[in-house]
Amino acid sequence: MNWLSDRAIERLRDAAAWPELDARYVITGVAGRGGMGTVYVARDQLLDREVAVKVLDLADRKGSRVARLTREAHILARLDHPGIVPVHDAGVLPDGRSFYVMKLVRGRRLDEVLAGEAPHALRLDLFMRVLDAVAFAHAHGVVHRDLKPENIMAGAFGEVFVMDWGVAQDGAADAEPAIVGTPGFMPPEQAGAREVDARADIFALGAVLAQVIGREPSPALAAIAAKAHNPEAQARYQTVEQLAADLSRFRNQDRVSAYRESPAEQLLRIYRRYELPILLVLAYVVMRLVLLVWAGV
Amino acid sequence: MSFPATRLSVVERTRSLDEETRRVAWATIIEAYWKPAYKHLRLKWSLGPDEAADLTQEFFTTTLEKDVVERYDPARARFRTYLRLCLDGFAANARKAERRLKRGGEVTIVPLDFQTAEGEMARHEGSVDADVDEIFYQEWLRALLERSVAELKQFADGSARPIMFDVFARYDLADEGDARPTYADLAHDLGLTAATVTNHLAAMRRQFRQIILTRLRDLTASEEEFESEAARLLGSRR
Repeated sequence: MNWLSDRAIERLRDAAAWPELDARYVITGVAGRGGMGTVYVARDQLLDREVAVKVLDLADRKGSRVARLTREAHILARLDHPGIVPVHDAGVLPDGRSFYVMKLVRGRRLDEVLAGEAPHALRLDLFMRVLDAVAFAHAHGVVHRDLKPENIMAGAFGEVFVMDWGVAQDGAADAEPAIVGTPGFMPPEQAGAREVDARADIFALGAVLAQVIGREPSPALAAIAAKAHNPEAQARYQTVEQLAADLSRFRNQDRVSAYRESPAEQLLRIYRRYELPILLVLAYVVMRLVLLVWAGV
Repeated sequence: MSFPATRLSVVERTRSLDEETRRVAWATIIEAYWKPAYKHLRLKWSLGPDEAADLTQEFFTTTLEKDVVERYDPARARFRTYLRLCLDGFAANARKAERRLKRGGEVTIVPLDFQTAEGEMARHEGSVDADVDEIFYQEWLRALLERSVAELKQFADGSARPIMFDVFARYDLADEGDARPTYADLAHDLGLTAATVTNHLAAMRRQFRQIILTRLRDLTASEEEFESEAARLLGSRR
C-alpha cells in the first residue's frame, strides 16, 4: 500500500462517512460538520432544487444519537417559522444512520457577519429577528440550549435562520441529564446539567447580544445584554418578548427597564428622540425673540 | 450493517490463554502502532533514524514482556493515548539512563519496515510544534487507513471484481493535486456505464466503512472508546 498523504486521508474519511442516500438526492459537497453529524449539499432530483442533508456520523449501539437526530427533525418540522429552517424529508440510511433533508440556507454565519463591517443598525435588526424565531420556539415548548453566533445564519436579504437544534429541549419531559451547550453561552443551571427553561436561551441571547453590540455600546444597550446574561435566572428577562420589548424601547429612544439613567442622560435621550421638533420650537422661539427685539428697536 | 459485531478487542485478546490468539493480537497492535511510535520518537524525541528504530523495537519487546497492556485501564484513557504515554515514559527512561539501546530482536511477529517509515518522514506534513497527541493520532489514522485500503483491495479481488476497487482508487484515492474525475470520465476510462460507476463506488464505500469500523472495534478496548474514535474519524475535523 502506498503512503497516504494528509489530503488522501481526508478523502478516505469522507468516503467512509459518505451517506448512501436514495437516488433522489445527489450529494454535491459538504456544507459543514458538527459535533454529531455532517451537513451535505445535495441536489433533489425530484423537485430540481438544492437542499441540505444532515446525516449522523455514526449510529451508536444504544440508538441515542439516531434518536437525537430524528428528534431534531421532528422539532424543526413542528416549528414552522421564517426564522427556523424547514425540514423537507427524513429517514434512516441502510447502515442505520438517521438523516433529514432541509432547506439549503445560503448566507453567512452571524459570527462572520459580526467580524465584518456590518452597520450597528443592521446587526440589531438581525438580532431582533433571532429573538422572533426563539420566541416562537419557546411558545411551542422548545428551548434551543445552544444559541450562539455560529448557529445563526444570515442571508443576503436580511433573513435570519436559527440552526442546529440538535440539543434542544422539547418540553420539560425531554430534559437531558447530560451537559449540553457551549461554555460562555450556557447558563449555570445548564452547565450544572439541571433542567432548564426558556431563560437558558435568554442567557445565551445576552451573550450573543454582547457580541452584536460590540465593545463600546451605549450604557443602556450594555445593560440590556447584561440583564439577559445574568447568571441568576430570576434576574434575567423572564421571556424573550421582554428582552425584545426592551430592545425596541432602546431603538425608539425610550427608557429601557434594564438601565436606570441619570437626569442628564434622560434629558439627552429625550432631546435625541425629539431632536427635530425641539429644534423647530427653539428656532421659532429664537425667531420670535429676534422679531420682538427688532420691533422694540 | 452499521456496527461491527461485538467481539473481544485486541487488548483483551493479548490476555488470552491461547498462545496463537495472543500472538495474533500482538501482531495487530504492533501493525497498528509501530509506525506512529517510530515517527513519534523521530519527531517529539528528535531521535535519529537508527536510534528511533531500535527504541521502537525495544518498546514493543518490553511492552510484550512486562505486561504493559495488562495494566491498561480503559476507564482512565484511550488505548492509543495510554500506549503513547508508555512510549514517552520508555523514551524518557532510555534517555535518562544514557544507555545504548539494544535491538529488540525478539519482536518478529510483524516485520517492521523502518526504511519505508523513514522515507515517509521526508513527506511528513505536520510540524514538530504541532500537538504531539495530534501527530500520533494522525500517524495512527494513516496506518489504519492504509491497512483498510489494502483490505478493501483484497475484498474486491476476492470477489472477482477488481474493477470495483479501480473505481474507488481513481475517485477516492486520486493522487494529491489531481482533480477528481467525473463519474462520466471514470465510466469512459473503465468501459463502464455511469450508473455502474455510481453503484461500484457506493458498494466500495460501504465496504470501506465497514472495514474501518471493524478494525476500530478491534483496536479499542471499550464500547465508549470505539464510538468516540469512530465519531472522530467519521465526523468533525480538527
